[in-house]
Amino acid sequence: MTTTTETPGHPVTTTETPGDPVTTTTETPGHLVTTTETPGDPVTTTTETPVGLLPAPARRPGPEAPAPARAPSPTFRLLRHLLPYRRGLLPAALAAAGSEVAAAALTATAAWLITRAAEQPPLASVSLAIVVVRALALGRGALRYVDRLLGHDGVLRAVAGFRTRVYEALVPLAPAGTPAFRSGDLLTRLVDDVDAAQDLLLRVLIPVAAAGTVAVAATATATALLPEAGVLLGVLLTVAGLLVPALVLTLSRRAGHTEKAARAELAARALDLTQGAADLAAYGARGRAQEGMERAAARIASLERDRARTTSLASAVVLLLQGGATVGVTWLALHAHAAGALPAVHLTVLAVLALVSFEALAPLPAAARRLAEVRASARRLADLLDTPPPVVEPAAPAPLPAPGAGPLGVDISGLRVRHRPFGPPVLDKVSLRLPPGRRVVLLGASGSGKSTLIAALMRFVPYEAGSIRVAGRELGDCAGEDVRRLITGMTQDAHVFHATIRANLLLARPDATDAELREAARRARLIDWVESLPDRWDTLVGGDGATMSGGQRQRLLLARALLADPPVLVLDEPTEGLDPETAAAVLADILDATRGRTTLLVTHEQAGIAAADHVVTLDHGRA
Amino acid sequence: MKPVERRLLRDVPALRRHLARSAALALLGAGLVVAQAALLATLLADGFAGHGVRALPTAALAVVMALRALTTWARGALAQRAAADAKRTLRDRITARLRHTDPLRLAARRHGETATLLTRGLDALDPYVVGYLPTMAATAVVPLTVVAWLLWTDWTSALIVVVTLPLIPVFGALVGLHTAQRTARQWQLLARLGGHFLDVVAGLPTLRAFGRERHQARVVGEMADAHRRATLRTLRVAFLSSFVLETVATLSVALVAVPVGLRLLDGDVSLRTALTVLLLAPEAYLPLRALGAAFHDSAEGVTVAEQVFATLDDDTPARREDRSPVAVRREDRSPVAVRHTGRARVAAQPVDRTGVAAQPVDRTGVAAQPVDRTGVAAQPVDRTGVAVQCTDRTSAPAQRTDRASAPAQRTDRTSAPAQRTDRTSAPAQCTDRTSAPAQRTDRTPAPAQRTDRTPAPAQRTDHYPPVPDVHSAHLCLDAVTVRYPGRAEPALRDVTLALRPGEHVALVGPSGAGKSTLLALLLGFVTPASGRVAVGGTDLADLDPDAWRERLAWVPQRPHLFAASVADNIRLGRPDASDAEVREAARAAAADRFVAELPDAYDTVLGEHGAGLSAGQRQRIALARAFLKDAPVLLLDEPTAHLDPESEAAVTRATVDLMHGRTAVVVAHRTTLLPHAHRVVTVHAGALHHPEPTPAEALATP
Repeated sequence: MTTTTETPGHPVTTTETPGDPVTTTTETPGHLVTTTETPGDPVTTTTETPVGLLPAPARRPGPEAPAPARAPSPTFRLLRHLLPYRRGLLPAALAAAGSEVAAAALTATAAWLITRAAEQPPLASVSLAIVVVRALALGRGALRYVDRLLGHDGVLRAVAGFRTRVYEALVPLAPAGTPAFRSGDLLTRLVDDVDAAQDLLLRVLIPVAAAGTVAVAATATATALLPEAGVLLGVLLTVAGLLVPALVLTLSRRAGHTEKAARAELAARALDLTQGAADLAAYGARGRAQEGMERAAARIASLERDRARTTSLASAVVLLLQGGATVGVTWLALHAHAAGALPAVHLTVLAVLALVSFEALAPLPAAARRLAEVRASARRLADLLDTPPPVVEPAAPAPLPAPGAGPLGVDISGLRVRHRPFGPPVLDKVSLRLPPGRRVVLLGASGSGKSTLIAALMRFVPYEAGSIRVAGRELGDCAGEDVRRLITGMTQDAHVFHATIRANLLLARPDATDAELREAARRARLIDWVESLPDRWDTLVGGDGATMSGGQRQRLLLARALLADPPVLVLDEPTEGLDPETAAAVLADILDATRGRTTLLVTHEQAGIAAADHVVTLDHGRA
Repeated sequence: MKPVERRLLRDVPALRRHLARSAALALLGAGLVVAQAALLATLLADGFAGHGVRALPTAALAVVMALRALTTWARGALAQRAAADAKRTLRDRITARLRHTDPLRLAARRHGETATLLTRGLDALDPYVVGYLPTMAATAVVPLTVVAWLLWTDWTSALIVVVTLPLIPVFGALVGLHTAQRTARQWQLLARLGGHFLDVVAGLPTLRAFGRERHQARVVGEMADAHRRATLRTLRVAFLSSFVLETVATLSVALVAVPVGLRLLDGDVSLRTALTVLLLAPEAYLPLRALGAAFHDSAEGVTVAEQVFATLDDDTPARREDRSPVAVRREDRSPVAVRHTGRARVAAQPVDRTGVAAQPVDRTGVAAQPVDRTGVAAQPVDRTGVAVQCTDRTSAPAQRTDRASAPAQRTDRTSAPAQRTDRTSAPAQCTDRTSAPAQRTDRTPAPAQRTDRTPAPAQRTDHYPPVPDVHSAHLCLDAVTVRYPGRAEPALRDVTLALRPGEHVALVGPSGAGKSTLLALLLGFVTPASGRVAVGGTDLADLDPDAWRERLAWVPQRPHLFAASVADNIRLGRPDASDAEVREAARAAAADRFVAELPDAYDTVLGEHGAGLSAGQRQRIALARAFLKDAPVLLLDEPTAHLDPESEAAVTRATVDLMHGRTAVVVAHRTTLLPHAHRVVTVHAGALHHPEPTPAEALATP
């Protein structure tokens, strides 16, 4: 079936430059027709291409999908991801447990020594105890030191591995697969979340392991000396070690929701009061904003006061249980001793053991609170690690030519892209031809899909209908990495790394020679500035280029794109955020540098539009 | 205790109360600890001696331990409350201070330091208040109580404790001193390595674009490993202090327990005493050890306190924001006011000014004035009428004729020196300096007046002078120079500009030339270092800034949208506006359509920085604000910058509608707004370049 008529309602905007072939595209369901007309030459060639339908991207169950019967807690999901790093954690936990046990053993042995001495035996019978007490006294501090070092080492090792893991999970999601890449705040939060995993290990898991060991050892010792005392101690330790932290966890979570909302309110008010100060002052609203801030501060304070009652409750309850255990165990031991069932030395050991075994549980309420705080981070991380990549790489990618053989052309036809599986299409029926060695300027209001088109070209987002062909291959059949070797450049989210200028440029082509580096910098008009710097190419540029001006930053990004020298160069709003004079200068340099290259340029600058071989306007996802 | 801590205690009463309460509770706690040890030792010794189980001491022990739990709870709860109250006090004080801080500087401060201080920053005080202060109180009380009791029971053990106890702070200080240096050296490295991950993740799209993501995966691992090694190097030293403290404490237990055991062998001491000593000795060390840990945790709190006081003391040249009548009096005596002589001069004549404002007779005395007024009312762009009020170089020849008549006025004035005191408010003051040299001579007597008047601050502005009616008054910049602290070059240099009511002036020029500063001057955000900004002859510096800004509507380059609904954002200048009025303003600003498409339309709550709206949409919300405010003077700072052509067209249309019938100063880069200006002024390196329009051009202006 061949149709050559245009479907009404599919506006096709093509601005023609005389002498150049104009490509218009129409689509009928399931088929795609490309019509190429050359002005002055009425011969119309019509080719029919089967629509390259791609496999639908793997998607996670949406909110409408029935939830699994019992979703595991996010903390457990995160722990599952941390499991591979247990080798570093085990010695840490052992050392922590050892140092806590030593502390308890020190007091218990000293108690044994004193009671035994009170029986006035020969010196030899207590000399071992004296040695043990001295050894434990010295060893306790050393063990604690080792425990802390080993603990941090193990945890940091685990976190190092986990960072790599998170990084690898992020790679296929950048930039379109997760909202994190659309907001610096989200990204910072994500990195903080990874650090929260560190807290989960260091401040939750290890103290729990140590407390558990002490509790088990104390209960076992007490049971060996006097079974009923062992049972009592075991029960009370369990209550203090499990139920109290569980209660804290529940309370913190409940408080968490209201307090989080109040904190968000406070943060918003603070931001309004500072960042919006000028707007507030100009509109006479500073007083109102101040009142709002004071209200938010008062609300936080009252929530914190409420919380004060419960936070210290946990340690008080642990103390109460400690008292109960001491009194109860002493009572039982005294009775057993009076009945002649317990030697005198064991009497004091039991009483002291009951007293000191609770000391290892002291960090648990705080650990429980921390666990409640980590939960949100754990959920976000676990979600991230379970997110499928937006672009499914083909199992057997088709080969693409290596770059270097000169400019290539790209044919896009009937392209349809959605951000969400059932959401509205961001691009629909978009057709566009990038002839080899020509400059095409892409226009369109913000939100019209220009950046999405570039993302589709770079295989950052999948297309569900239509085709993108380069060097005779359908992009969907090729490996994303191979595609980006051919089609790359300056995206809107291009990042300047906290590294040297050289490193920032070489990123695009690590094997570039110095001459190539200089040439790219020269064409981007970056070189004069670089050479004027005291450290020249080795100048460190701050976090996202904070130490450079906007124009220098854009030029650096341009030089990087030129150094990469791809057969198809894309430049997405390279003058964005620059003042008009700088923008004009940068654009002029871009136009100079891109002569003879296949270039897709997104810009609003008149000069760019004037210098284009073609101008294509995107309107609400249509071209 | 550092000075900043002393100030913290002085400034926040809740903390003083907290410290006193903590000391009392610590004393109670120490007593309970002693009682607990004595009771348990008695119970066990009695059992050992075969006295059987005695109910009374057992019950007493239970009561004592329950009381300990209660004390601990009270201490914790009170400490948390003290922290909450202290933070609230400081938040309110910072907030109150911000109200009077230069808004532009506040908004420009990078990374939102102040906002962070107000929110999470202050929370760093928690460990200080909850942990450090009570521990400090306990350290002062508990060891003394315990040692006193030991002295009474067994002085030899007490001696050992007394000798070893000071070792903890001594060693602690020694190790701490050493670690502090090492840690400080390591800190930067740690921060850099720690920040690497964020940098790489933020750059991941870029890495993928250039196929470097795999290589970086290895680097991420390597950097994390380097971070681990560097951290451990720091920790190895940092943990030494706790190692020393722990060892001193545990060793002391051994030092106490072993001799006691040996003396027991000899029968020199009773088991009861020996057990009391064993149970009590560690309690003497506990607060000191805790203090070491709490001190580390509290360091951040102290830093925050320093930041808080730095913010509170921040002494930017007192802006108009500060001028409650009381503040005015104070300011006059301060050197600040003396420095701004230009302003001080005017400020020194409040009586005249108020008199003038009350008597517009003075103005009507100027012959051309009434004509001008009527002219303005009928046709705001009437240049000839305007000329007298504000002799302007740009104006048509007709003006010159007016000027010719001006000397008459001046002579009039020189002949009547009494009137000259009123001159500050006279429209002639606005005249372009270049116009009449006679005027300068006229001014010479001014210094004399100034010295006369300065010693009379008592009559000073108990009220601000009324704001002149901007529908008729001219806005004049008279030889204004603006300097920013820390910059050698003035942002504006000797700038003179007069705006007629209803005039539309476009400011063009390269970025950094001073265009935005000019708007900030008119807004009263910036005060001139010399020269003055006048409204109908009244110095802007003398007006109540809020009252003056009621006459202005400002659309900044990057408007701030508040974390509130769209409607409330538009209502900013008129909180009582009805929904219908809000919608009308939005329609006028070409914002109605996209607002209607938002999830909850006008009730949609905007996120941080107005997330979810494009730059153009934000700009239009700001325009709607201006429409709703309906102010006679418009200050627009590049309302169409950074917009795509479609949004630009919409915003231009909306802006032009808004300017209609109002005085407007528009910073315009793009050409779309320029045709709608009556006059285009080029700002270059802090100076103005007025065009000299031909009469034909002047007539042609719409």
